[in-house]
Amino acid sequence: MQKNYSINHLKTLEAEAIYVLREVAAQFERVGLLFSGGKDSIVVSHLARKAFWPAKMPFPLVHIDTGHNFPETIAFRDEYVKKIGAELIVGSVQDSIDRGTAVEERGINASRNALQTVTLLETIEREKFDAVIGGARRDEEKARAKERFFSHRDEFGQWDPKNQRPELWNLFNGRKHYGEHFRVFPLSNWTEMDVWQYILHENIELPGLYFAHEREVFERDGVVMAVTDFITLKDTEVVEKKVVRFRTIGDATCTGAVFSEADTLEKIIAEVAASRTTERGTRADDKRSEAAMEDRKKEGYF
Amino acid sequence: MTNNYTNMELLRFTTAGSVDDGKSTLIGRLLYDSKSIFEDQYEAIEASSKRKGDATVNLALLTDGLRAEREQGITIDVAYRYFATPKRKFIIADTPGHIQYTRNMVTGASTANLAIILVDARLGIQEQTHRHTIIATLLGIPHIVFCINKMDLVDYAEEVYEQIKADLEAFTSKLNVVDVRFVPISALHGDNVVHESANMPWYKGGTLLYLLENIHIGSDHNHIDCRFPVQWVIRPQSDEYHDFRGYAGRVASGVFKPGDEVVVLPSGFASRIKSIETMDGPLDEAFSPMSVVMTLEDDIDVSRGDMIVRENNQPQVGQDIDLMVCWLNDKPLVPNGKYAVKHTTNDVRCIIKEVKYKLDINTLHRHEDDKQIDMNDIARIKIRTTKPLLYDRYERNRETGSLILIDEATNETVGAGMIL
Repeated sequence: MQKNYSINHLKTLEAEAIYVLREVAAQFERVGLLFSGGKDSIVVSHLARKAFWPAKMPFPLVHIDTGHNFPETIAFRDEYVKKIGAELIVGSVQDSIDRGTAVEERGINASRNALQTVTLLETIEREKFDAVIGGARRDEEKARAKERFFSHRDEFGQWDPKNQRPELWNLFNGRKHYGEHFRVFPLSNWTEMDVWQYILHENIELPGLYFAHEREVFERDGVVMAVTDFITLKDTEVVEKKVVRFRTIGDATCTGAVFSEADTLEKIIAEVAASRTTERGTRADDKRSEAAMEDRKKEGYF
Repeated sequence: MTNNYTNMELLRFTTAGSVDDGKSTLIGRLLYDSKSIFEDQYEAIEASSKRKGDATVNLALLTDGLRAEREQGITIDVAYRYFATPKRKFIIADTPGHIQYTRNMVTGASTANLAIILVDARLGIQEQTHRHTIIATLLGIPHIVFCINKMDLVDYAEEVYEQIKADLEAFTSKLNVVDVRFVPISALHGDNVVHESANMPWYKGGTLLYLLENIHIGSDHNHIDCRFPVQWVIRPQSDEYHDFRGYAGRVASGVFKPGDEVVVLPSGFASRIKSIETMDGPLDEAFSPMSVVMTLEDDIDVSRGDMIVRENNQPQVGQDIDLMVCWLNDKPLVPNGKYAVKHTTNDVRCIIKEVKYKLDINTLHRHEDDKQIDMNDIARIKIRTTKPLLYDRYERNRETGSLILIDEATNETVGAGMIL
């Protein structure tokens, strides 16, 4: 009659994330769930629905909108919000630029990616959030590998990686002074593969950008970029029509595509398993320098 | 392959060692030889090694995430790494070895099934080896693997390995460790990490990866004592679930089934489990570490911080608690000082009633006259809490036997407590 009481690693990660989401609800007053329309934030919101079912999740979705979106992302976002009956709060980078609190980058590689930090911090202040939930994973990038589940931010929204609170067992310390806030990362222990497997297992709907489709692209610094209204081409750059898909979805000016025929979740998983580069290898924003992510995170980036 | 992947177990392990023991190199080697390093990551560290003038690609750069770490060539903070083989998915907590960052080792160890402790073959047991082994033991890590590293620098000599192994066995026999293993390795050259070493034919045990893939971890959770700390009360108040009142939480230990007679603590009200719910449908049973929602037959008052247990197997209830504490903050412990406490889903306050002794982590000697508890010190203390805790001995239950102490002025986590 000896029974094996064990659950597989996906169920273990799901249970951990749900536990973290419930801790956030219990420990904070006003919480926002950062929602970019990318697969990680979709998975986090799916987990939040599970954590509080049959009640609704007790926090709004928050989109920090650079204005440089793939139209598919916004269509998906609006449809999704309606479907799950959540509240949506949008923080607009364009508004920050218009107010003069953010300054547009110049030059050929100009991106609004870094400006999101300004808008994010402004939105946190405006909405009086004392915690915001994000979909960042430790396997994404080496500065993120040092991140806690409950990550403390000072009154300027800054991260101090050398002075982080020790995080022991499952005891999350969300105590803070007035004006400070926390970033919470329920997917900390997930890998890209775990996320895809979970999406397949749970039958979670994703924007079409993740699946192979035909699109006009060009190559810059080894990254395959989509042709959009927000990008200025150099005269040496050649536009071609190719079958591509995106491994991550972010700002259209810095999210690279990969050549791929994978048009189903099963094919994507097979591709991820065989892949020899990380998903952030297609992100131009991380290629700026070795410490690009660390520097952005210290200032208050996602 | 899809099916295999979803049947994998999860093993969490921590790595510890002194400065220059080659921890980061070992992890880099595990990732590299198990083909878990991606091309863009490898190219980045290759370029960075070249810039610094290293002769070979420095695998340690893979885990050094922060700028200061790369500049000083040391690891400052816990770095989490992930890799998988067809058998298991692994979470590595790579923790720094230098003395001022021991709090991070405690952090990494608190959730680990297994600890890898590195020993430099040229130096043998160091003060840090004692410290890390004691911390691993104190934190109840069920399996410890000692990697005798840098065997290449002692000509792969069997007698060097055997001597260190004998020393470690003598030391660990004084500790309460369940499962101890030894592997002679060279992280730099890859001997016995993923591939068997041609340089050490005298070693007949498995490689480090073989141990990681095969050590039995199924019994690491407590499935006997039923403990369900309530995290959050779910009351949808919607038309569809008008009278629904569920208690959300993660099973700390034991197995719960619908129909079980239970008691809610601290009130002591008895009831029966009506159902165990999830968004995917009701369950026949729930056990650690599952996150579920329980409903009870009777309408009784239950809130966050309460614990649902079985009538015939209850935790201890008390305000005067003896514990071992590892101090984590540069502000020393204040005798008779007041601290905030987090224990399961409960928040209370406490006063430090007594420092009984400080533990010498080299000799295990108990210094009863030394009450100065600084960062990285381990001490036995007695606290009194503002309201009763529902607890078990840490040795029996890592979930209900652990607590953290928080400085009420700075809000920093200052102490890691294990209840005796």
